[in-house]
Amino acid sequence: MSHNKNAAAVEEVLRSSGVDVRKCMRCGKCTATCPAFDEMEYHPHQFVYMVEKGQIDKLAASDSIYRCLSCFACMERCPRQVEPAKLIEAVRLHVIRAKGANHLKPEQIPAMLDEDLPQQAIASAFRKYSK
Amino acid sequence: MQRIGVFVCHCGTNIAATVDVKAVVEALSHEPGVVFATDYQYMCSESGQTLMREAIREHKLGGVVVCSCSPRMHEATFRKAAAKEGLNPYMVEIANIREQVSWIHKDIKEGTEKAIILGRAAIAKVHLNQPLQAGESPVTKRALVIGGGIAGIQTALDIAEAGFEVDIVEKEPTIGGKMAQIDKTFPTLDCAACILTPKMVDVAQHEKIKIFSYSEIESVKGFVGNFRVAIRRKARYVDEDKCTGCGICTEKCPQKKVPNEFNMGFDTRRAVYIPFAQAVPKVATIDANYCTMLKTGKCGVCAKFCGVGAIDYKQQDQIVEREYGAIVAATGFNPLKPTQYDELGYATCADVVTSLELERLMNAAGPTAGTLLRPSDKKHPHTIVFVQCVGSRCDAENEKGKPYCSKICCMYTAKHAMLIRDKYPDTEVYVFYIDVRTPGKNFDEFYRRAVEQYGVHYIKGQVGKVVEENGTLKVQASDLLSGEQLHIDADLVVLATAVEPDKSARGIATMLTASMDTNDFFTEAHAKLRPVESPTAGIFLSGVCQGPKDIPETVSQASAAAAKVIGLLAKDKLTCNPCVAQSDELLCNGCSSCERVCPYGAITYSDKEFRGPNRTTLIRRVASVNPAVCQGCGACTVACPSGAMDLKGFSNRQIMAEVDAICKM
Amino acid sequence: MKFSYYPGCTLKTKAKDLDAYMRASAEALGVELAELPEWQCCGAVYPMAKDEIATKLSAVRALMSARDLGTDLVTLCSACHNVIKQVNHDMKTDADIALRANNYIGAETPYMGETAVLHFLEVLRDRVGFDTLKAKVKNPLTGRKIGAYYGCLLLRPSKIMAMDDPENPTIIEDFIRAIGAEPVIYGMRNECCGGYVTLENKGEAERRSNIVLESAKAKGADTVVTACPLCLYNLKKNGGCDDVSVVYFTELLAEALGVK
Repeated sequence: MSHNKNAAAVEEVLRSSGVDVRKCMRCGKCTATCPAFDEMEYHPHQFVYMVEKGQIDKLAASDSIYRCLSCFACMERCPRQVEPAKLIEAVRLHVIRAKGANHLKPEQIPAMLDEDLPQQAIASAFRKYSK
Repeated sequence: MQRIGVFVCHCGTNIAATVDVKAVVEALSHEPGVVFATDYQYMCSESGQTLMREAIREHKLGGVVVCSCSPRMHEATFRKAAAKEGLNPYMVEIANIREQVSWIHKDIKEGTEKAIILGRAAIAKVHLNQPLQAGESPVTKRALVIGGGIAGIQTALDIAEAGFEVDIVEKEPTIGGKMAQIDKTFPTLDCAACILTPKMVDVAQHEKIKIFSYSEIESVKGFVGNFRVAIRRKARYVDEDKCTGCGICTEKCPQKKVPNEFNMGFDTRRAVYIPFAQAVPKVATIDANYCTMLKTGKCGVCAKFCGVGAIDYKQQDQIVEREYGAIVAATGFNPLKPTQYDELGYATCADVVTSLELERLMNAAGPTAGTLLRPSDKKHPHTIVFVQCVGSRCDAENEKGKPYCSKICCMYTAKHAMLIRDKYPDTEVYVFYIDVRTPGKNFDEFYRRAVEQYGVHYIKGQVGKVVEENGTLKVQASDLLSGEQLHIDADLVVLATAVEPDKSARGIATMLTASMDTNDFFTEAHAKLRPVESPTAGIFLSGVCQGPKDIPETVSQASAAAAKVIGLLAKDKLTCNPCVAQSDELLCNGCSSCERVCPYGAITYSDKEFRGPNRTTLIRRVASVNPAVCQGCGACTVACPSGAMDLKGFSNRQIMAEVDAICKM
Repeated sequence: MKFSYYPGCTLKTKAKDLDAYMRASAEALGVELAELPEWQCCGAVYPMAKDEIATKLSAVRALMSARDLGTDLVTLCSACHNVIKQVNHDMKTDADIALRANNYIGAETPYMGETAVLHFLEVLRDRVGFDTLKAKVKNPLTGRKIGAYYGCLLLRPSKIMAMDDPENPTIIEDFIRAIGAEPVIYGMRNECCGGYVTLENKGEAERRSNIVLESAKAKGADTVVTACPLCLYNLKKNGGCDDVSVVYFTELLAEALGVK
């Protein structure tokens, strides 16, 4: 993995997530339990496998990183304590921490509002999508 | 001063790669008393031993130090070689420079230094070694088998066939174990009961075998060849000798609502019951938790109907003391109860069952007489989903599951899938697997038959969620090869749950002083070379209590354990360990500290006459050790406040000499 | 029984009911809740990355002021509870995060996870006791069939949240029993409603919410209760199920105690 062109990104994602991708036994329970499966191009088990293979660029370019609901189901049910959700978050941070790479911008918000929308939704979306 | 020879082993590259063996020879050759030092590639080989024997002869060695592997591996080998040259075997010491040096260090300089230090310590000890003579102890020619499943049954039959007496202690009312609950067996699909029950009958009829059913081990004392075991015969409120097993009581008992554990709770039994038709012994048992007579004193129906007067409501637990030469642990397993995996719905959906529960639902003697009907509405399931590895292969930090592969699930699931497709071809069967593991004779062929001949859908992936809605189990799963998330409407979901050692095993291991691993499986004396023996002498292992196994493997291991037991019982006398404690009567102050800590009951106290000053005599109470019972654990030497108690071969002086040698540097 | 209380931003705006019904009920039950002074928004989602410090600070400040007041900290909104409890766990177990967060705040006494964080449901179960609650119920909701909607945030990750069995919880069901109604156990009660993704992708929130509601309806629930404003919004606004009403659990509590 060290001579991979993504080596630095892989290192960053592993460190920031604290995930040990080598623990994965490829059972696919994370993907089996994922409620956002239909919305994602890459699924939780692929995040684990592709980070291990060094394919951060593919993951970073995919909208999948914004589709994770952060429901922790994959983390809770993984028999190997791999915690794929943390990897997805780390790849997303890898992207949005770059200058001008925010996925959600304040000017978009008014169009998204309705009278019942709780503040909690906006606060969390900003946490997830912007730096 | 002793004339000492030092022999440094390379163990191929096992030692030589991390320890500079030549430097060790050179350094140790200058130690006091060392008259010969050499190294050799494999000291344990025939030529290595010859080299040692020649050196003993030529250099008139009085002591030998071998720097090699752990003494557990080859101490006996080298002692035997020395004895052939007339040297007392207890003049041989081992410095463990493999497990304690080369295998755990990477740096050659560090490793070499440590090897020299350990060699020095061993030399310092040999200087103080005394020739020891091993005594002998008799062997009680009877074996105890704890657990009456197929493992215990096979072990007991083999030992009995060799002409020795065997007792089986089984905590349930009947022998038979898990195999009695199973429908058919892989890979030949013969009926479990058809091959098990004849063996159960053989056990019952064998004149050398005695069954203590509904009984538990209360305590174990003694040592190899001479165990004394107390067995608790739990009150079954039925006189075993009088009961004919006619079953009239089990039909007349008015308490009909007791969950039937033999059928995994799918139906009920009476408070007085015989677990199944072929039970051995075929004797009724009253379940005190449910019997109205025992709980309220009002009923007595079974006693009224019993034609032979076997019912005895006043029966008490009985403790029986028996002596044995060898003990076999055959305590077996249970499938993990998957209540913690409720994303799979076991606790909340009636139609999510475990594989052992499915066995009962498919068994001709089960609650549905062999017709596969699902528990909730007693209808035929037409879509069945199997989930593999539930609770197996989990990360060590995962508190719910086990870190090991349970080994048998891939095969029994293939069996279930095949049997269902054979009997009910209109049923679709899906198996979600992580890996299909089928090593074993005719095993992979069996699994392929399920796929190719019977059209079972094997899907690489896992089930993530099972939800019951309007009588249908909505199964959400991953198909990793096609990259899809599947949604299957199933009628029945079967969980292949991990096997775990029976809960009683831990307590029994403690009584036997037999070691266990972190999963509560018994550990073997050597993982490869002594797989059916516990490290504790005289304790043997049979079946799943040592690790997950299928029936063929369990039976092989059960027979292997029996062979080891027979080898032991065939001896009239056992050579005792001469490294036993002894008390210096002049130093002993009679405080009894040693007696209290001795786990083997080897120490007794008596009044003895001693000569006092000026021709007087005085009576003092002093300890003495029975060398046939002492196992040399050394607990007494630590407890003794006056330094009177010492261990031969490991005396306080010897150990301090070793410590001094290590610290001298 | 005195506690510090962290309401969170939504409970001051769109989810005033959730808060008001709890305050009224707490009073009736003899639970004294003192709102933390100058609390800040917790951020609404737990920042999972190990190198996220600034985003955890508002939770740390809340925890720290509860500690300085010498009280346990009570939360009500599922999201706040999840964030604060997880950050508390970080401060207790991750020396690096604790060091950096404490350096950032520059408090006299570093915060090391000393505060106990309780969800109001846990206060009802473990401090008040469901039996005591039952005894104080004036208008038992007899005949109502109520499904507990846990969502994701109350239960997971279970090792840290430690509220209940994450796959087969009972705390809200026991609460429902205590107020005299019949709990309805349905499979999707601990699955996600779609959460904040509703902002970008209404369709997803709709699908998720309907799956939850259909599951509850199939088991015969007339009402679903939640502790989360976003769950309530998604289930009501994005899920279209006329047969099942969605309310905060505190509303039913207040109703049962006669303080609505």
